[in-house]
Amino acid sequence: MVSLEHYLILSVVLFTIGVIGVLSRRNILIILMSIELMMNAVNINLIAFSNQLQDVIGQVFAVFVIVVAAAEAAVGLGIVIAMFSNKETVNVGEIDLMKW
Amino acid sequence: MEQFFQPQDLRAIAPELALTVFGLGLLVLDLIVPDKRKLGYWALAGVASAAILLFLNRNLDAATAYGGQVVVDPFADYFKLMFLLATGLTVGLSMRYLDVEGEQHGEYYALLLFAVMGMMFMAGGADMVTLYIGLETMAIATYVLVGFLRRRPRSNEASIKYFLLGAFSSGVLLYGMSLLYGISGSTNLVEIADALSRRGADPVSLIAMITVSAGMFFKIGAVPFHQWTPDAYEGAPTSVTAFMSVAVKAASFAMLLRIFLIGIGPLREQWVPVLAAVAVTTITLGNIAALRQTNVKRLLAYSSISHAGFVLLGLIAGNRTGMVAVVLYLFIYTFMNLGAWGVVVALRRGNVIGENVEDLNGLYSRNPVAAVAMLIFMLSLAGIPPTAGFIAKYHLFAAVIETGHVNVAVVAALNVAIGLYYYMRLVVAMFMAEPSEAGSVGFSRGVTSVLVITLALTILIGVYPDWFINLAQDATATLPVF
Repeated sequence: MVSLEHYLILSVVLFTIGVIGVLSRRNILIILMSIELMMNAVNINLIAFSNQLQDVIGQVFAVFVIVVAAAEAAVGLGIVIAMFSNKETVNVGEIDLMKW
Repeated sequence: MEQFFQPQDLRAIAPELALTVFGLGLLVLDLIVPDKRKLGYWALAGVASAAILLFLNRNLDAATAYGGQVVVDPFADYFKLMFLLATGLTVGLSMRYLDVEGEQHGEYYALLLFAVMGMMFMAGGADMVTLYIGLETMAIATYVLVGFLRRRPRSNEASIKYFLLGAFSSGVLLYGMSLLYGISGSTNLVEIADALSRRGADPVSLIAMITVSAGMFFKIGAVPFHQWTPDAYEGAPTSVTAFMSVAVKAASFAMLLRIFLIGIGPLREQWVPVLAAVAVTTITLGNIAALRQTNVKRLLAYSSISHAGFVLLGLIAGNRTGMVAVVLYLFIYTFMNLGAWGVVVALRRGNVIGENVEDLNGLYSRNPVAAVAMLIFMLSLAGIPPTAGFIAKYHLFAAVIETGHVNVAVVAALNVAIGLYYYMRLVVAMFMAEPSEAGSVGFSRGVTSVLVITLALTILIGVYPDWFINLAQDATATLPVF
């Protein structure tokens, strides 16, 4: 039987992987993927709670999170493309015009 | 469950709807109107119509709409008024500035209006879902605005840094929100508070509190999550920086107040020490870093970090005076800071970047009025009477001392002295240094009107604060105090 705790542990693990990815990776695209991982950890949390509490709001919240994550990814990739056309790099280590 | 939507709910969000309509209209007009600068007036019309609708809605007080998701109370109205004023002034700063940068597009004004629409939901949201959507609407529009000078590597860089850290902090914030939902079974802030006060401070509530606060500290640019602020502020178009430092910051504070006072209010004993530590380090680090900046935009960015720390002091005090001080401080900060940014915007001409402290050299001999205006903004930011900044700081200190946080008050007072030093550096450059280039500096009509309005309010609030204090008292009357 998969209980609430299992989902919460999965979510913590995913969230931690995401945070570590954001903090340690230098490639912007991988950082974006790590942020996506964090968002999805949140979604697992929300849906697990929603199932446990027999309450639909958690699922509604998760759908909103997915929508916002999609919008954010679109804008984020747009910004990356704008930067790439000026600088030809996706490495945050090379984005150093201003002190990081 | 009550019905989610009723036709009269539309009235409650009428100002937001007006902004959306004008924003969408701008995107269409952008295709038709050849003179893009005219679109700025359309944006001003949008802001004005939202302000009128806000005024007509003033009797709706404490009404909830959309099944309790949105609330129209004096607190929300106060912040909405502040956002609209800040946006109107920003449009005034932008119209010529964008011509100088060669990036005059209708999308700029549309994005400004969409960002304000998001802010209004942050001020008026009574539910985590609404607050989150409002926050993201504002944030996504602002990411684009920061990167608006898309041929400029600095602007790209600022945008990417702001975006990555903003999205990351949203993730952290959301994680806390998901835990709060699990604890309470509701996304409504009042119900979360009920659940938390029944449950007490157990590990899960504390993790939720810490992640939510970390996410909010990112948004307001408090230490240790402030690193994005100077970079994003420096690289962004100066008019957008002005907008971010007042409106975006005030909106984040509106959301922070709702979450801390209502949502996680029962955990106040746990969050006050955290907040005190964050506020004191924010004020101090922001000021110390500002001391050695040579770029005016970066200097003002660090100054805005330390001002965010000051605002948190009112939340630490947590009494009636503290709440009044917080909203009054944000209101006053909007004008004095926009004015200071207005002068920086005006210095950007043709080939002159006008961002370094040396570019202010001898401004007094080149444009005496602007130099005196800047002097008054600097005195106000430092908190010297009889300017508005003094009134703001006076209330904060009164609140902190009333509630017995004397240590915090002492550190903050020392920081006022440090602040005075670096603000005066700009004044010395303007009045005593030799101009690096000859010729007078003329200001556009938009910038001039912004400077007149902000200057008038900075002095007016300084010498006659009663009316504005009453406004702040009305706004905070419904907030819980401790």
